[in-house]
Amino acid sequence: MTEAKLAEPVDYIAETRATYDSLGYPPYQWVKSEGQPPWTPVQTRLEEASVALIASGGIYQRGQHAFHFKDDASYRVIDTSVSCDDLRVTHFAYDVSDARTDPNVVFPLGTLRALVAENSLGAITPQAFTFMGGIYSARKVRDELAPALVQRVADQRPDIALLVPV
Amino acid sequence: MTSALSITRSVAPPRAAFLDFPLGHTTGKKNQPEAQKRLLKNALGAFDELQRPGEIKFLNERWSDDETWREKPMAKAETGSGEPKGDFRTPRLETPQYQYPADQTEAEHQHRNGGCGSCVGAE
Repeated sequence: MTEAKLAEPVDYIAETRATYDSLGYPPYQWVKSEGQPPWTPVQTRLEEASVALIASGGIYQRGQHAFHFKDDASYRVIDTSVSCDDLRVTHFAYDVSDARTDPNVVFPLGTLRALVAENSLGAITPQAFTFMGGIYSARKVRDELAPALVQRVADQRPDIALLVPV
Repeated sequence: MTSALSITRSVAPPRAAFLDFPLGHTTGKKNQPEAQKRLLKNALGAFDELQRPGEIKFLNERWSDDETWREKPMAKAETGSGEPKGDFRTPRLETPQYQYPADQTEAEHQHRNGGCGSCVGAE
């Protein structure tokens, strides 16, 4: 690879297609949204805003069931007063070693707390939500998991929502 | 926030902040709380700054001077070795994959009287 090429962001869609192709599998069907994304203006200054955290990196907390690796469309409710020491990470599609050392790299609860403490952010909602990426059925995510999460997040009445995929 | 630009462009969320780091570090490097805070504050600034649906804020951070992490990102993600061998992907196991064996014992103990209400869809 050339220097210039190396500076480009990794194209994970192309990488995945190449992997599937090399294994003789049919092409992976990525979600492609049509039309303009929905838009809701932010009404609150960040310093006063309540943020809801949603993450797909396979985070669970001690005492909860871990995720499994085959189309797991379940989710976990994380009490945001939890100690970061009680957070766990499991996932099949990325190297979890750093996330297990410091969950803030995929689930920035401690980081959000620090921003609240210095008054850069208003508050964190009482509950955060986590799930497992790598769900092959886009239909399952679109029709089941996403609507359930949207409702749970709305129930927290946040001003903004931060989604952290991996 | 995202570290997968092509996927985010395809999904097209209303707003996004892109951090060009290896998968598994969407919100920063481990054990660097000050850098994580700076990064996240910068990312959240997208709520004030972005005005057009689908716009992406690029966070001006570099993982390292060494760019070799980009060469085989998927293989590295799945095997830790950087070298794919046949179907190198992690088996799609259908049982919970606990970080520690003790987590399983604790989870089973917590659920001995039924659902906990926080493991939705897994009980």
